[in-house]
Amino acid sequence: MKGFNQLNKAFESRVRLGVMSILMVKDWVNYNELKETLGLTDGNLASHIASLEKLEYVEVQKQFVGKKPMTSYSATKIGKHEFTKHIDALEALLKR
Amino acid sequence: MNENKKHLDDLTHIRSLMERSSRFLSLSGLSGVFAGIYALIGAAIVYFDFKAGSISYAKYVRSMGGDEEPTAKIYFLAGIALLVLVASLITGFIFTSRKAKKQNLKIWDNSAKLMMSNLAVPLITGGILGIIFIQNGLFGFVAPITLLFYGLGLFSASKYSFVELRYLGLCEILLGLIGCLYIGYGLLLWTIGFGLLHIFYGAWMYYKYEKKV
Repeated sequence: MKGFNQLNKAFESRVRLGVMSILMVKDWVNYNELKETLGLTDGNLASHIASLEKLEYVEVQKQFVGKKPMTSYSATKIGKHEFTKHIDALEALLKR
Repeated sequence: MNENKKHLDDLTHIRSLMERSSRFLSLSGLSGVFAGIYALIGAAIVYFDFKAGSISYAKYVRSMGGDEEPTAKIYFLAGIALLVLVASLITGFIFTSRKAKKQNLKIWDNSAKLMMSNLAVPLITGGILGIIFIQNGLFGFVAPITLLFYGLGLFSASKYSFVELRYLGLCEILLGLIGCLYIGYGLLLWTIGFGLLHIFYGAWMYYKYEKKV
């Protein structure tokens, strides 16, 4: 079970895992884009993002495009670091 | 074992999402179709201009300008080519931003920048080389090298956009090389490369990715 404790509980959920994967390669991504790329239909994406935000893995930016408010997200340094560690742990577990 | 399966699934999921989001997929197939149509119109203008004149394209470029006023003609050719390029870029931008808007994406994101810089470096290099060739009277090489460098640009840009751009790039490179080998067929190869291939590729992409959206 070596390496098991390096897996990050925050990324246990597929949705949070997906959000981080996208934010690792893209700078600022808006809510709809995340929703579409992940193929989600309902609003539970918001709660997953909120928990990532609480952990300070994700930054939020709100702005107006015309009259519509648009929320964009970006991974923080901590978030990227933690996610990389999580991927490494996954790979290590598979190599055993 | 079950744990392993989940880990593997997780990694596959991560990889596919990263791949999908790091590519610029708003590029519209229709912009390819229109670029092809502009190129065909441009090539037709040049073809009929030569037909009306005393010298054929092949003879003209082989004679490195010959005794017919070389500068005026080459400016005319370069002007047509430039017009085709500008019209294609504008139309491409309009269709692509429309597609991006429909998909709720930003047009100028990271992957778009990466794609454009990969395309732009070979393209600008080819453009400068073309000007140098013109100044040295090597007119016959200008059309083939624009194909060649455009192909190289597409090939490297394909890493950040549709994988299929790679095949278009390889075809352009092949046409460019043939053109360098058989000087005088530049106009024909240019018509195939920028005209027909663009229309074919654009239509293919449009039906493959956009029609169903």
